[in-house]
Amino acid sequence: MRRQGRWATLVIAALVLGSAFPFFRAIAGSLTPEAQLFEGAPLWPSPAVLDHYHALFTERAFWLPIRNSLVVAGATTLFCVTIGSLCAYALARLRFRGKALLLGVILAVSMFPQIAVVSPLFLLLRSIRLIDTYPGLILPYLTFAMPLAVWLLVGYFRQLPAELEEAAMVDGASRLRAFREVIVPLALPGLAATAILTFVYSWNEFLFALSFTLGPERQTVPVAIALFRGQYQVPWGQVLAAAIVATTPVAVLVLAFQRRIVQGLTAGAVKG
Amino acid sequence: MPSAEPRGVERREARLAYGMVAPAVATILLVALFPLSWTIWESLHLHDLRMPWLGQPFVGLANYADVLGDRRFWGAMAHTAWFALASVSLELVLGCVLALAMNRTFRGRALVRASILIPWAIPTVVAALVWRFMFEGLEGWLTHDVLAWVPVILADTWKETPFVALLLLAGLQGIDPTLYEAARIDGASAWRQFRFVTLPLLMPAILVALIFRTMNAFRVFDLIYVLTGGGPGTATEPIALYTFNSLMHNLRFGYGSTLSVLVFLVTFALALGYIRLLGRELTETRS
Amino acid sequence: MASIRLAKVWKTYPNGHVAARGVDLSIADGEFMVLVGPSGCGKSTALRMIAGLETPSDGKVFIGDRDVTELPPQDRDIAMVFQSYALYPHMTVRDNLAFGLRMRGVAPAVIAERVGGAAKALGLDSVLDRKPGQLSGGQRQRVALGRAIVREPLVFLFDEPLSNLDAKLRLETRAELARLHRRLAATMVYVTHDQEEALTLGSRVAVMREGQVEQVGPPLEVYRRPATIFVATFVGSPAMNLLPADLLSGFQAEGAPRAAGTTLGVRPHDLSVMPAGSGDLDALVDVVEPRGSELLIYLRLGQTGDGPEVRVITPPDLEVAPDRVVGLRFERARLHFFDPETGRRVS
Repeated sequence: MRRQGRWATLVIAALVLGSAFPFFRAIAGSLTPEAQLFEGAPLWPSPAVLDHYHALFTERAFWLPIRNSLVVAGATTLFCVTIGSLCAYALARLRFRGKALLLGVILAVSMFPQIAVVSPLFLLLRSIRLIDTYPGLILPYLTFAMPLAVWLLVGYFRQLPAELEEAAMVDGASRLRAFREVIVPLALPGLAATAILTFVYSWNEFLFALSFTLGPERQTVPVAIALFRGQYQVPWGQVLAAAIVATTPVAVLVLAFQRRIVQGLTAGAVKG
Repeated sequence: MPSAEPRGVERREARLAYGMVAPAVATILLVALFPLSWTIWESLHLHDLRMPWLGQPFVGLANYADVLGDRRFWGAMAHTAWFALASVSLELVLGCVLALAMNRTFRGRALVRASILIPWAIPTVVAALVWRFMFEGLEGWLTHDVLAWVPVILADTWKETPFVALLLLAGLQGIDPTLYEAARIDGASAWRQFRFVTLPLLMPAILVALIFRTMNAFRVFDLIYVLTGGGPGTATEPIALYTFNSLMHNLRFGYGSTLSVLVFLVTFALALGYIRLLGRELTETRS
Repeated sequence: MASIRLAKVWKTYPNGHVAARGVDLSIADGEFMVLVGPSGCGKSTALRMIAGLETPSDGKVFIGDRDVTELPPQDRDIAMVFQSYALYPHMTVRDNLAFGLRMRGVAPAVIAERVGGAAKALGLDSVLDRKPGQLSGGQRQRVALGRAIVREPLVFLFDEPLSNLDAKLRLETRAELARLHRRLAATMVYVTHDQEEALTLGSRVAVMREGQVEQVGPPLEVYRRPATIFVATFVGSPAMNLLPADLLSGFQAEGAPRAAGTTLGVRPHDLSVMPAGSGDLDALVDVVEPRGSELLIYLRLGQTGDGPEVRVITPPDLEVAPDRVVGLRFERARLHFFDPETGRRVS
């Protein structure tokens, strides 16, 4: 038994280190002076400098993409969780014709390759002048975020005991009132998990952000980083600094809510 | 005799349900189903934004014929299939190993779980950039037709293995530990325990992980766009990137839409396979 | 307080399962009616249709004079105690008790008064500000009861409320419920699978099987004059013995129908053990189970023990051992005769 325990620890240590190594290189790179970056970055720079981080905000106004990402991801999450929870509750608890069809459609839409809807969405957004605007990103984001939210929440609502709503109805509450006063407070953990996952997916999205924004005013963090242009080549110092800055809030979210995230991921997926 | 007519109460419940479902359905119709229909419609037309004087004539399946004769298309499909095969296999094996290891040790499990979740949580763009940085310094990797795949597959594995591992871990934790005890009493070695107890009972989770990852691998875009740009040349170009280039760079909307439809059909076929397999697995294990 | 009537109620589920087949049941104002039967007999379905949690596929439900068939539960003025209590986990006991009154827009002063009164009557004053998760099983049960009582509804419904309690608590709570009924003089409908509970609590008992009511009546009547073989064997423990009436050719039984082929039923309590040869029939002792206040004896009829099995309850000090032949005496006044084809009572 002890030998197995040691093997397991070794494996985990190896995989965790392997997981961390690229970050280590990225952090090292972001702290490396510009000159040293040209001739193959050393494993750890000496001296380590914060020039790139500084330049991010003074030369490149990196706070702009951060603001854009916050607005878009935040709004998408808010919209999806509120609208999605109503839809999910109806799917989980109420009886109506077309329920199976709706579930099937939601599942199918969540499997769309984004590329398949990029061009019509582009033309549509262009025709109503929403290219390079916040709504012009939030709306397309709902394509994948809404099915995801509904899917996760349906699984969650199904787990709540049906007797609570029945008791509330017998006590005199209508379905909607029972939903508001009894179900929603109880579902807060599930709602939180869904919100976090939706936020993470929206924050990380690239293809739509690339296609539907034109300039730094509305570009989100992933697009801004990918399009960093230097005078002669990719300004790795700043790119890596931006990567670290982009990663930090997500890392914090993950560390704080990892149990909820794992629950949300595995419950939605394993249940099928 | 019992009637089949819905009673007033049931009709009221259905009405409430439709009301609660309506906003979400409207959204999905608007941003998903409508554009998809449009894409299918576009794929049947010639629509090249560089040559607007040609108009948008209906050409039936001509675009599809062109696609099937396009070498770059087949190259992209081959790239995508090979990428999916390589990265998903790697992720499955590594994820399984990680899940097995995590299932045993207790101390610091939360920390380990958090640390492997972070690669999953960061934007793919960031992951691609970091890996590109690591390989750019090395001579001859990113400029080589075949070797350029190495950082791509490594980056994808690095980012997606945690998800697979967590999925498999959840599956592992659902296996009754007394089964292992019974197997040990029967004289089974660790490997045999894995083969005859763990593996069969883990099948549903493995299938879910397999299908999810395969479908996502087929849609790969962000990673390769930023890591290699599809290069050198088109050596690492997956189908989603070729479609994107046709649409947004070459502005061949009709042709690009055709490619989109084909990508959609492949993903859809995989999804159907998923549902069929999972449905069968669920009903079999239940009986 | 109100009466209840289920008029030819059917319930068929989409998967084809028929949970209620033309159930006809009248419950008088202030009555304690127990619906009892094995799992799947339709008793819970019937209760839920009275509550409005299920809609009948056909037939009507009346509470008082009102046809409530199409009314949702919140408009029926009923209260229900669920098997798992269904207390709102995120609310304090006080808020749990007050919820129903709040939903109906009762004035806060009245709410406070009623909640306080119920809490005191049920011994819950000390836990009013705790959440259900912090209470014991017995306390939770009382909160569920309290939630129903403060509402002062027309009808009380109970769905197997005692099954989650241990044996001792179950007996105590049973007595509580009986006292409650006497105090409130309320119409109560109670569902259970435990026939003993049914007999002790109900002013009337409805025995159900496969979606139909087999017999309705006061407990004693159901026990003494079961209308069908099913009721005869379901009610009473140990179960009634069923024997082919042809066995009686050996002796004259009062009121025994002459028709051959009927089934004779006799309860273990209505048989007595005598020395072999004296008594109506001989039997071979198989197993003797001492139960403290009595003996449960399993026998097989006939001197060689090749006849059907019979169970007998005797006083505890009887001297009897396995593999011995004894005589059985049948209490003439307590014999039941059934038609084996229809299961119905004949005499």
